Amino acid sequence: MPALGADMDEGRLDEWRIQPGDTVTRGQIVAVVETTKAAVEIECWHEGVVNELLVPVGETVAVGTPLATLAEPGDQPGSAAPKAAPAAVAGAPVGHRQWVSPAARRTAAALGVDLKSVTGTGPQGAVTLHDVEHAAATAHHEAPTPPPPPPPADGAPESAPKSAPRSAAEKARERGAAMRASIAAAMSRSKREIPHYYLADEIILDTALAWLTEQNTGRPITERILPAVLQLKAVALATVRFSEFNGFWRSDHSGEHFEPANGTHVGVAISLRGGGLVAPAIHDVAEKPLAELMEDLTDLVARARAGSLRSSEMSDPTITVTNLGANGVDSVFGVIYPQQVAIVGFGKPAQRVVVVDGGIRVATTVHSTLAADHRASDGARGALFLAEINRLLQQPQEL
Amino acid sequence: MTTTYRNAVHDAIADAMRADDRVVLLGEDVGRYGGTYAVSKGMLAEFGADRIRDTPISELGFVGIGIGAALGGLRPIVEVMTVNFSLLALDQIVNTAAALRHMSSGQFSVPVVVRMATGAGRQLAAQHSHSLENWYAHIPGITVLAPSTVADAYGMLRTALSSPDPVIIAEHVGLYNLSADLEELQPTDISRAALRRNGTDATIIAYGGCVPKALDAAEQLAQAGVDCDVIDLRVLRPLDDATIMESVARTHRVVVVDEAWHTGSLAGEISARIVEQAFYELDAPIARVCTAEVPIPYAKHLEEAALPQPDKIVAAVRGLFGQDRWAGAQRPGTGGR
Repeated sequence: MPALGADMDEGRLDEWRIQPGDTVTRGQIVAVVETTKAAVEIECWHEGVVNELLVPVGETVAVGTPLATLAEPGDQPGSAAPKAAPAAVAGAPVGHRQWVSPAARRTAAALGVDLKSVTGTGPQGAVTLHDVEHAAATAHHEAPTPPPPPPPADGAPESAPKSAPRSAAEKARERGAAMRASIAAAMSRSKREIPHYYLADEIILDTALAWLTEQNTGRPITERILPAVLQLKAVALATVRFSEFNGFWRSDHSGEHFEPANGTHVGVAISLRGGGLVAPAIHDVAEKPLAELMEDLTDLVARARAGSLRSSEMSDPTITVTNLGANGVDSVFGVIYPQQVAIVGFGKPAQRVVVVDGGIRVATTVHSTLAADHRASDGARGALFLAEINRLLQQPQEL
Repeated sequence: MTTTYRNAVHDAIADAMRADDRVVLLGEDVGRYGGTYAVSKGMLAEFGADRIRDTPISELGFVGIGIGAALGGLRPIVEVMTVNFSLLALDQIVNTAAALRHMSSGQFSVPVVVRMATGAGRQLAAQHSHSLENWYAHIPGITVLAPSTVADAYGMLRTALSSPDPVIIAEHVGLYNLSADLEELQPTDISRAALRRNGTDATIIAYGGCVPKALDAAEQLAQAGVDCDVIDLRVLRPLDDATIMESVARTHRVVVVDEAWHTGSLAGEISARIVEQAFYELDAPIARVCTAEVPIPYAKHLEEAALPQPDKIVAAVRGLFGQDRWAGAQRPGTGGR
């Protein structure tokens, strides 16, 4: 089970796209996992032949749990594959009623989590707050083929199946609550742990917009490049010179330190129609031409809103860009998604009075902002980073 | 200025005596000997035998004298050698000092401060080592203080002397040599608990001699990735419920450390209050680290084994987490890839 973001501890397997005996190639989508935010397609980064599927559909397992074993090409399938430990069984421990901490019981009621479906990991196997919060991430989805209810033994606790299928509205409401809980956890962690500093700049867009209009001439409307794509590309290129904004603040055995990213995978904050947001990555933004980025962005927004993102998109962002221009605000000061170290914000492009070369002019400008992690970088470099984004947007042909 | 807990108590008494002629000190060996724990060394020479009174070995008698002196308009400080011996004066403290204001419809004040050493750890055996301050915390009409820092050793005594009602101060014998570097000593509040360490994962509640042990345990836990609040109760009666409940609402897990025995302990009272006031905040059973249910042993290894110790506190906090969670807390960087 891959970690699809710093706030994910477990995931529920929704669907297998492979069977034992199938040959898997690098990058192939092998499964679909349900997280708080979306159903995510899981890519496999190894080649081989599927030996065994270890986790059945519908089961929730912790991050790091083996989902399946592969035999390397040429291996005898079924020979030396290590067995994973059996996953913990949900439901009440035998001999007494299910133990649930008071705080967990209250939270379960608030989030609409069915406690019978939650496995306790606390003291004496009790269900804890942590268990409920993470069950909230997955509990909103019915198992596709619920087993028939076993005849209940007298007085014995059982994990009862849901009595009636829930309505679509109810599911949407539960998913909304789970997403809120997930956003709350990530953002609280950010504000608790990350010493943010904030910088702002105003960028004159006249040159960039004129160039873009010229580029878009002759393109069908559906293929026209939006200014937002120029911004994404400019941010990505700026991180090449200012690498301390592109990466992660890690805490591990060697202490706390900045870990620069290997590529520039820009997370794009996308608000969802039902409420909430996700910030999946567009990969290798610095290397891609604008037209390809535009296609990627369109595709990403559509899939984010449809709730089908890929594992690498959820886990890979190395810096985030948020653009609230369409919502009419002048500036947005973002909250950094842990363990990233920076988020660049753009407000609405609008005609504003500016002073150029000692004269007053009306120009189309946009307010750019940087919220960055002061542990990883300092304001002086942040200022230069914002200035570099500005400079790049004055030379759109370089993008 | 570096000073010790012992000197801070000394300075609090001396400063109070210089500031107010009504303040007197009485107790066994407080004059010529300079105090069993050397707190009143040199005071007889400075203040004279009228204000520094050596008393006979009769707690019932000299605590009663202190109460009478308070009724008569003085501000006596009575030193009782240990809380064990104060049991001989229970009648004076409980039936007289604590009750008089109530029984006289407010006509009589008993502004007496009774200081007593408490606690174990110095191989003084069962009759000198018990932690019975909870017995006083049971009684309405008195305030019970347990300073755990040098600043409070001075500051709580100064503030206690301005109280119109009886105050018991329990000074843990293991703290007298504690030293701290403080700019100045000044009166401190005697109504609130103090958050000595800020954390998010569990709350360790302690007082007096157990506070340094709780802080030690919290440091060990922090290295394992579990971050604890440490609350120093400071005031054992009336208890500061607000500080406790605020912390529990953040951490959802509680260990109460108390050098008294489990049975009938202040730790039990605190546990009950948390269950009454913050039940739905709890994510694990409340754990207690108290003294083994035996009279405190004389032998060093047995004495240490009987008392709350940092490793026992660490183990109790660990017990508030399931095995998986504990492993997760100790394994940094599990999120992301």
